[in-house]
Amino acid sequence: MSVLEDIGATVIQQLNYVGELTTQFWSGLGALTQVLPVLGKRGRWRAALVQMAAIGTGALPMIATVSMSAGFIFAMQSGAELRRFGALQFVINIIGIGFTRELGPLLTAIVVSSRSGSAFSAEIGTMVVTNEVAVLRTMGLSPVDYVLAPKYLAAVIVVPCLAIMSDLFGVLAGGAYMLLSTKMTVAMYFRAVADAVVLRDISSGLVKSVVFATIIVHVGCLEGFKTQGGPDAVGRSTTSAVVKATLLVILADVLFTAIFYWAKLE
Amino acid sequence: MVDPIISVRDLHVDYGDQRVLEGINLEVRRGEVMVLLGGSGAGKSTLLRQMIGLERPTSGQVYVQGVDINGCSEKELKAIRRTMGVAFQEAALFGSLSTIENVEMPLRELTTLADPVIEIMSYLKLVRVGLGEASHLLPEDLSGGMKKRAAVARATALDPELLIFDEPSAGLDPIVAAELDELMLFLKHLFEMTMVVVTHEMASAFRIADRVAFLYQGSLIAVESKQDFQTSTDPRIRQFLDRIPDRLSESETVRRHLRELVGITGE
Repeated sequence: MSVLEDIGATVIQQLNYVGELTTQFWSGLGALTQVLPVLGKRGRWRAALVQMAAIGTGALPMIATVSMSAGFIFAMQSGAELRRFGALQFVINIIGIGFTRELGPLLTAIVVSSRSGSAFSAEIGTMVVTNEVAVLRTMGLSPVDYVLAPKYLAAVIVVPCLAIMSDLFGVLAGGAYMLLSTKMTVAMYFRAVADAVVLRDISSGLVKSVVFATIIVHVGCLEGFKTQGGPDAVGRSTTSAVVKATLLVILADVLFTAIFYWAKLE
Repeated sequence: MVDPIISVRDLHVDYGDQRVLEGINLEVRRGEVMVLLGGSGAGKSTLLRQMIGLERPTSGQVYVQGVDINGCSEKELKAIRRTMGVAFQEAALFGSLSTIENVEMPLRELTTLADPVIEIMSYLKLVRVGLGEASHLLPEDLSGGMKKRAAVARATALDPELLIFDEPSAGLDPIVAAELDELMLFLKHLFEMTMVVVTHEMASAFRIADRVAFLYQGSLIAVESKQDFQTSTDPRIRQFLDRIPDRLSESETVRRHLRELVGITGE
């Protein structure tokens, strides 16, 4: 009986979490217009700019390193097998399509989740613990409007840009492999990449990035808002923000890849 | 009599199985300084958070300016909140904003005043609390007392009718705490603000209070003028006023454990 109770309690807990996330998502979406320059509340867009620098510019070195390493590893591993069949040129397709559709957005999401998702929950968690969120509420300001919305707008703009950068760095690393192991020229390599990749690959990757950005911001902020207790609670919510965001990003990736896969077959 | 600015009716608050507030009835009159006194864990801060609508009660109502803050619309609640300023125990200044930006923040967000007007008004608010020279410092560069004064400046930014303080003198030395008391009295006399102050500092309470409400284990056991309160004969209040410690726990299990620790077995 207690096993059933435990399962039930866990299910209710998880459903509750999804409910909270959904509620926050809709109010965050509604608050986005307030952050826009001219149309929105005055000065809010500045907060979004600061966030763009923090989420985007700050992540660029890590994205570059991770993507180039992954691209090179990917090229070497697939090259080693494909060489046996005399099909080394397919490394270009694997890298081009693999990065634009999949690895670019995913690696970006993982980097952003670990850098910024944790920062969101730590920042908001600290604000909760020091009553800053309570101050906002007593002023009649919604914490979602004031704190979450600038981060959300920034992430939705910047994460797809980062994903494009990641695609580029991955392809560059693939190019380095191809130049080292074949007699290909740079121009030939890029022409081959352009032939292998279609716009649909890139756009499906960008759609995924927007979804991943949404997940990272909302999970990070929700964990922050749910912080209860003292400074040690901030640490716990930061950990759970990164864990939950990464997990949900990967689950969403499976879902979206499946959708794109079946849509293409039709 | 004019209707009270805050009216708490039969308020019960539970946290899980634990009853934190029990049957609270309290009215705060316009223009008075009401001090909520009580020991640690008596429910003072919980009552304060109920009064500003940060938490929902298990049962009972809180009326601010005649509006039930747990039963009204979001819009009404926002309107009510604009008539009150809150200064929290930790000051809770926004760490990424300078002192003056902290004061400007409610004006920027909640009014349509022009930027130069906001800057002048905010600066005047800071001058009023003696922080004119610190206006461009970040909160992390302010001392404890300066932070609290900055929080007061921010709480008064919109010229509220009602000011609420959570433990204003906690963590301050007696001189700085006294300065803060004088600041509160100054604001009260000059702007006829109503204040609710949660504290356990008796010296501060008796300096600023018109009336005192005493919380004991989640119940209000006295709401009276400070003169009556000071001469109260209720043993629970006397214990608080005369600083008599509770007898430390001496249950049989504790005594047995102590005996075991020092190696005495048997009687």
